[in-house]
Amino acid sequence: MRSVTIVGASLAGLSTARALRAQSYDGRITIVGDEVHEPYDRPPLSKDFLAGTAGLADITLSTEDDAGLDLDWRLGIRAARLDPTRRAVVLETGEELVSDDVVLATGARARSLRGSALVDVHTLRTLDDAIALRADLLAGGPVVVIGAGFIGAEVASTARALGLDVTVVEALPTPLAGPLGEEMGRHVAALHADHGTKLVTGVGVVGLVGGSRPQAVRLADGREVPGATVVVGIGATPNVEWLAGSGVTVDGGVRTDARCATNIPGVYAVGDCACSHNPFAGEALRLEHWTNALQQPEVAAAGILGRPATTRPAAPYFWSDQYGVRLQFAGHRRPGDTVEVVDGDPGARSFVAVYRRGDRAVAVLALNQPRLFGRLRRQLAVPEPEVVR
Amino acid sequence: MIPVCAVGDLPDGEAVRVEAEVPIAVFNVGGAFYAIDDTCTHQDASLADGWLEGCAVECPLHASCFDLRTGRPTGPPAKKPVRTHEVVVADGHVYVRVSVAA
Repeated sequence: MRSVTIVGASLAGLSTARALRAQSYDGRITIVGDEVHEPYDRPPLSKDFLAGTAGLADITLSTEDDAGLDLDWRLGIRAARLDPTRRAVVLETGEELVSDDVVLATGARARSLRGSALVDVHTLRTLDDAIALRADLLAGGPVVVIGAGFIGAEVASTARALGLDVTVVEALPTPLAGPLGEEMGRHVAALHADHGTKLVTGVGVVGLVGGSRPQAVRLADGREVPGATVVVGIGATPNVEWLAGSGVTVDGGVRTDARCATNIPGVYAVGDCACSHNPFAGEALRLEHWTNALQQPEVAAAGILGRPATTRPAAPYFWSDQYGVRLQFAGHRRPGDTVEVVDGDPGARSFVAVYRRGDRAVAVLALNQPRLFGRLRRQLAVPEPEVVR
Repeated sequence: MIPVCAVGDLPDGEAVRVEAEVPIAVFNVGGAFYAIDDTCTHQDASLADGWLEGCAVECPLHASCFDLRTGRPTGPPAKKPVRTHEVVVADGHVYVRVSVAA
């Protein structure tokens, strides 16, 4: 009987198992996860789950139909090593899972602030992180969020909705300038002020004041921002260290082609840990997008089964909910791309903007405009030479 | 019955959201009208803003697909169906008779 081992039991891992069975894979599927929890959905962790309006039952990923997947689960166990010649995944318990194919779906972990080990600061990536953060938020503010990226902004938004005093500190002059560009980054960051969150930009954090519990965050310009709860949202690092010495090429994530195949035959990578050739962007990208973790597994499953992928390559897509405003973004922006508001009014926090590179529309951003966004998103085309890959 | 709009105000391929006890989305697919609960069963998003393809609507947020005729999800991430409602066309107007059962 054929066999596959999936390392990682979150959205990408579970989706791989589902995609294999949906494509009539009848071999043995083993799925390994380092968290003890059954697969759950991460986006609500900074939103409804953190706010207390969604519970564990609401965010579980498993459905009744999943019982028919016939999976061999290994939860709460970390993979320690990959032996590529035998395609053996060696677990920290010493157990070896030898199979025909291996899918790496180990995700990413929250980056931590250097030197923050002495003071109790939060990051937000896992269910346990969210439970701990929620408990501290319920104890009252003030709250300092370090990093004005999407996770930081969503945590700030949720904390404000809980009635807390919130300050967001961002080292860059403009939040979200990387993914959205300066102009759109400014429009989105304006949501903080709209809703009473203080935003400090262009200043780094040099230290934390406090004992085991934080009292304040010290900034590079000497200011101290009071904070009883400090949340660090400064990005994520792919979980790839365990692959050292395996021969699998790692460069900003596990490198794969557009079919999610690594340089080692029979070894695939999907989701946040994978840096895959992206036909839309025409370059390798490591995407930390929920939709990517749902779509890549279908491609990898087809590869394992030796079939052409049934899904057409599409523009990357993500969304963010902040202060009751829904942000949606599709495509891939590079420095130098132009951006134009094509509908609505940024001042009203309801608009659609299109990014262009020469004549080609390369990305669409929308705030509270899902219908027009949906239409323009579908018009984002994969460049012709990439379509036949 | 809840009045929706004049037939001419809901062209083929379009959708409209009407406020009821729970919001309802009404679709025109090639001259046939369908009504389902407007809120996606996965996470909060309006299906009236979704992408219509044949008798299926794709949620604008996470691409869950629902069959307008049955309310059943035809693709992840949604797990639960949406309610369907009867649409009545009378005197050039579209009305919805809200289902009682979930």
